[in-house]
Amino acid sequence: MSGSGADAAMVLRTTVFSADDLRRAHTRIAHEIVERNRGAADVVLVGLHSRGPAIAARLAAAIAGFEGTEVPVGTLDVTFHRDDVGLRPLHPAGPTVVPVDVTGRVVVLVDDVLFTGRTIRAAMDATTELGRPRSIQLAVLVDRGGRELPIRADFVGRNLPTRLAEDVRVRLVETDEVPEDTIELWGPPETAGEEVEA
Amino acid sequence: MKHLLSIADLTRSDLDELLDLAASFLSVTQRETPKVPALRGRTVVSLFFEDSTRTRLSFETAAKRLSADVMVFSVATSSVKKGEGLRDTVATIAAMGIDAVVVRHAAAGAPRRITEWIDASIVNAGDGRHQHPTQALLDAFTITQHRGRDLSGMRVAIVGDVRNSRVARSDVQALSMLGAEVTLVAPPTLLPETLEGWPCSSAVDLDPLLPDLDAVMLLRIQHERDASTRFPSLREYTARYGLTEARARRLRPDALIMHPGPMNRGVEIAAAVADGPQSVIGEQVTNGVAARMAVLWKLLGAGGDVV
Repeated sequence: MSGSGADAAMVLRTTVFSADDLRRAHTRIAHEIVERNRGAADVVLVGLHSRGPAIAARLAAAIAGFEGTEVPVGTLDVTFHRDDVGLRPLHPAGPTVVPVDVTGRVVVLVDDVLFTGRTIRAAMDATTELGRPRSIQLAVLVDRGGRELPIRADFVGRNLPTRLAEDVRVRLVETDEVPEDTIELWGPPETAGEEVEA
Repeated sequence: MKHLLSIADLTRSDLDELLDLAASFLSVTQRETPKVPALRGRTVVSLFFEDSTRTRLSFETAAKRLSADVMVFSVATSSVKKGEGLRDTVATIAAMGIDAVVVRHAAAGAPRRITEWIDASIVNAGDGRHQHPTQALLDAFTITQHRGRDLSGMRVAIVGDVRNSRVARSDVQALSMLGAEVTLVAPPTLLPETLEGWPCSSAVDLDPLLPDLDAVMLLRIQHERDASTRFPSLREYTARYGLTEARARRLRPDALIMHPGPMNRGVEIAAAVADGPQSVIGEQVTNGVAARMAVLWKLLGAGGDVV
């Protein structure tokens, strides 16, 4: 979820994460997941398309590295559970494949950016249709604020208050054909610092 | 995309998108809860002026798995029996506030006429001898599930009552769009008078083709459309065109055996062949639900221009 990215007039505001920052954030989040759940035995990491699956795979690799536990990784497409069907063009971004029964497990939903919370609401619905997890948790690289639903993340790479007209641009090696990861904040050129309608 | 009336209206990218969607929905239908809320609040009406079991049930299942409300219009118990014309019937249904009508009608072009009368999305579920686009979509989907999206160089034979077959018309268009070489095989009396504009070839003999086929699709002899008056006897038809066990043995082991249903077992296909290991006839039915979910989603959900 990267907001209104099509605007050519946007300028780079700040680099939120360099590749090194992001590597450290992944490592920390992976540790937090294991700490919170007192191990990783019952954890399933479920990445939301399009960038969540790559992030989930990185977290799983990190957990395998320091904890020695192979955490199952799934992918989830929430298109058919969204609440804005008919309001904008929607296309499935990839398959829903969760390799284990989620019933009784801890499902950690993984996404790049948390914004309105509507994607996560849809993801929770899609997850509970697969079974009845013991709990659902949420890991995101960036929480940009702007929630429209009572949803919060359990594991956050960085809290980044943003304005509606700004755009958090996530570029990952696996998904975006870039040589190294970056997360940047883009926005309209500073004029009077007004709130711009998206 | 507002309506689905004919495969001829689709571009290659429309077809690719529908096949991608069908794959997504196939995985939905294989879950423990084979249902998504995608079309919650939308209403789909099935309006069948001709008999059907699988297509009607398939559409209704597809709509329900998308959480749409389904209204079934049964001609046999309706005011059509009192002489109500198509336009009034359709206008009445439309006035109830609906989003899509799935129409089957004996008259070619009936679904297109309906688009001129009402605002809802119209899906052609078979109009006379003209088109049956969702059948072509599920057939193409079934073949691509086994052979990949690019059917270049693949040989597909469609055998039987081609003259009366809307399935053959739609299938030829869809499969040739994906690159397959389609041959229509039938006695001359069951071939169309001309194949002008059809992207396929035709043959009168099935036997020489068998060893090279990637898929063979048998069509039903349509007694209700005069087919059986066009050859001497069913027994003779079976002798030359039926997919008997002996003929099936001459197919490549990986050739797919298909039939859109309903089958006349023992006529166009031997019972043992229909139930044999190369038959994907059951898969076609399963894939039909996914393909129709793809169509309903594409017309009612995907576009963002409906609400």
